[in-house]
Amino acid sequence: MTWEAVIGLETHVELSTESKMFCGCPARFDAEPNTNICPVCLGLPGALPVPNRGAINRIMQIGLALNCSVTRRPVFHRKNYFYADLPKNYQISQFDLPVCVDGYLEVGGDDPVRIGIERVHQEEDTGKSTHRGGDGRISAAEYSLLDFNRSGVPLVEIVTRPDIRSAAQARAYAQELRLLVEALRVSDARLEEGSIRFDANVSVRPGPEAPLGTKVEIKNMNSFRSLERAVSYEIERQTARLSTGQGIVMETRHWDEEAGVTRGGRIKEGSSDYRYFPDPDLVPMELDHDWEARMAALLPELPSVRRARYEEMGVDAAQAAVLVGAEAGLAQLFEDATQAGADPAQAANWATGEVVATLRKAGVPSVGESSLAGPSLAELLGMIRQGALSGTAAREVLAGVIAGEGSPAEVAASRDLLQISDTGLLESVVDELIAANPDEFARLKDGERKLVGFFVGQVMRHTRGKADPKLAGSLITERAGF
Amino acid sequence: MAFNTIAGAARALRDGRVTSVGLAEQVLERTSMVEAQLHAYLTLDTDGLMAAAARADEDLAAGKDLGPLHGIPIAVKDNMTTRGMETTAGSRILSGYVPPYDATAVERLRDAGALIAGKTNLDEFAMGSSTENSAFGPTRNPWNTDRVPGGSSGGSAAAVAAGMALGGLGSDTGGSIRQPASLCGVVGAKPTYGAVSRYGLIAFASSLDQIGPIAHRVEDAALLLDAIGGHDPLDSTSYPGEIEPSGARLDGGLDGIRVGVARRLGGADAVEPDVEAAFDRTLAAMERAGAVTLDVDLTSTEQGLSAYYLIAPAECSANLARFDGVRYGLRVDGATTEQMMSRSRADGFGPEVTRRVLLGTFALSAGYHEAFYGQAQKVRTLIREDFARAYRQCDVLVSPTSATTAFPLGDRTEDPLSMYVSDVFTIPSNLAGHPAISVPIGLDRHDLPIGFQVMAPALEEAVMFQVAAGVESLAGFDTTVPFDPACGLRGGVR
Repeated sequence: MTWEAVIGLETHVELSTESKMFCGCPARFDAEPNTNICPVCLGLPGALPVPNRGAINRIMQIGLALNCSVTRRPVFHRKNYFYADLPKNYQISQFDLPVCVDGYLEVGGDDPVRIGIERVHQEEDTGKSTHRGGDGRISAAEYSLLDFNRSGVPLVEIVTRPDIRSAAQARAYAQELRLLVEALRVSDARLEEGSIRFDANVSVRPGPEAPLGTKVEIKNMNSFRSLERAVSYEIERQTARLSTGQGIVMETRHWDEEAGVTRGGRIKEGSSDYRYFPDPDLVPMELDHDWEARMAALLPELPSVRRARYEEMGVDAAQAAVLVGAEAGLAQLFEDATQAGADPAQAANWATGEVVATLRKAGVPSVGESSLAGPSLAELLGMIRQGALSGTAAREVLAGVIAGEGSPAEVAASRDLLQISDTGLLESVVDELIAANPDEFARLKDGERKLVGFFVGQVMRHTRGKADPKLAGSLITERAGF
Repeated sequence: MAFNTIAGAARALRDGRVTSVGLAEQVLERTSMVEAQLHAYLTLDTDGLMAAAARADEDLAAGKDLGPLHGIPIAVKDNMTTRGMETTAGSRILSGYVPPYDATAVERLRDAGALIAGKTNLDEFAMGSSTENSAFGPTRNPWNTDRVPGGSSGGSAAAVAAGMALGGLGSDTGGSIRQPASLCGVVGAKPTYGAVSRYGLIAFASSLDQIGPIAHRVEDAALLLDAIGGHDPLDSTSYPGEIEPSGARLDGGLDGIRVGVARRLGGADAVEPDVEAAFDRTLAAMERAGAVTLDVDLTSTEQGLSAYYLIAPAECSANLARFDGVRYGLRVDGATTEQMMSRSRADGFGPEVTRRVLLGTFALSAGYHEAFYGQAQKVRTLIREDFARAYRQCDVLVSPTSATTAFPLGDRTEDPLSMYVSDVFTIPSNLAGHPAISVPIGLDRHDLPIGFQVMAPALEEAVMFQVAAGVESLAGFDTTVPFDPACGLRGGVR
């Protein structure tokens, strides 16, 4: 029997708005605990929420980028549950009328798959609990500390349809979604900091025609790799159980990164009853066509479009993906370099290869923080094409530019790296070396052609790598009479 | 000479016949004489009041006149937050809670120069019609201390009626301003939903709650309402447009006004004969003054009480969830967070609040949501449509405010339903979101005040106050509570 995995992802994205979702507090939660708080986000008696239009703008952009339709009159609902870091003991969220519905995201390069987006809705984040004593879990803690800086920070939840069929596809979707959110500049979208978080719903069934199996929700994946591993583990676990006639329990399982397994926790008894009802403190918003059009006009070039454009420019598909997927500064470097006349394929090659490697070696965290700019890269590549720099010398020049020693020409000059392409100059070196190595030259003349390499090597050593090896080679073969 | 109207005191202040300090002293002196009998205040801010009065006098002397409320002592229901002054909502769960901010209505009172005399008693979280549900003991009716003042704004109504403040703020979710105003013989108005900011009003049922004024005169109520009303960016449900000032047409009279008579509003029956008679006398007088009366059909309002007792508990079940012992208010420790929360709530909430939270939780729960909460919302729509139809024929609607006058303490506490029925005339306006006002029109055979309710379409406060002022002048009712400095207020069954 071929088992088929059915996977859906729920993604939470923390929006990078100035202020929180329903009050004017700064939406920064890395400050000293409980400093960015007010009566509203603390749920003090009498306080009322006022929606942040900036957050609504951002969620509309996310929805539009995901090909969703915008709900004209979306409604905020109260989702009721008691939890110590939820100050009102209800979360303002959305239920049957979210801001955006019915979209899709295409993932998977050569063989693209359309992952359906069911809904994109707006909600507020909770505060943060820190449990002290015991093992750090609430059950054994001596006491808990509450920080409400995060309380009320705008969150967007993006829910896929159960269209994902493998762990690799889940990862591809997650990575593409993060890229999209990053391109929109609506969130920091950092997994490590939790500003984008993925939960997966996984079930397995005996073939594509079979009804959906019992689903398990997996949480606590802090990287794309752990998402892929967790989903993969869960598919295997469920398949093994089903293959041996055991059932699947509907539950939430937590990914244990170190052990590489998912672990069961609370068993879900049906779906929780959150007693959703429209929040009477908020009036329905009117997201009219004008508003939608303004947001659509703000959409930047999306990652998929940008990748296609790079490929059309002649960039290798894998490198195009790297450029679009890496920190924004790298793609900007590439764009600026080609703008300044660099060959796109060569520029992409260097940007994704040497530049990244050199930055890493130099300990520079990003292109933006280095002194390397697009025009410099174009100049460097131009020097290679003109034969003024060897590949080796060019790498050294790049390091010099990144170290802030000046333009490529300046670095090449000051480090004495310009290639000797002057025939007259090289001829005298070659003649000198022939005179110094008469035996080898005699064997070369007798037809031992591999000795060309020996002489070129001698030339390079003699010129400390600055000679144009091609020119040197042709001079030597010329002398040998080939 | 004692002042009991805001407009009168404001004139006297400017004529130099009285000072704000004098008004504050008058209020405090009266309070010292009757508060032991009434228990209208939960917090009386004697020092704050005197200090603010002295400042008000200085400002006025220096030519800084903040308007008609300048230097006037006002009582505020204790479910509105007051910065630095304890705010309990009449609940043990908030005992000792001191808010860090002023409710918008309170802030606007201060901006208008008013003095906050203190915080008045109420049914816990404004849930009740007699002020007997206060965790801190009931308030009594100044017209007869064996009777309830009505509720839930019973403290403000009693304080204003007894001269312990010149005006008061109440909140009205199902009649909580109008019914106690009626039972205490004063004027009480619930504005259009959204006319006054709810920011800082401790929510009972968010889609129904409105803050409004209580005063001796219709004119005074309009002054208070115009001071606290208007758009507030901190309340998303606050009306963003301009509203004609409530007091703009007080002298407009009744000639040509089309009055719809809603004698059986809300399906009311068992209206006391004295109440019915006073109501009819007032109608006849209105006709003589040129008003045109007609009967209107508001059948859907018969479902109002049932709808209200689903919507209000449903909303309150979520609104009161925040009182959990975690961040403020009463905390009763437990072995786990959940146990701490549930113990705090069990000890902190009284029986009526607990009953409504449970009722609302049930009405919203899966499988029942549509049959209860959903159905109630449909009734609400029907009521709005019925009102809209009625207002095609008339300018205002009138009814008794309460089917009965003040009832004895303990009379309705055993049977919650008998208490709920107290609000049958007032609830429809809350469900529709329309303004309504209660004006005292006379006394019954037991010398207890009778109220007359005037209702108007949304945002038509000016017309409503015009008619209310007309009724007030026709009734000629003296709102002064019988008070003998030697024996205090009257009590006992007469």
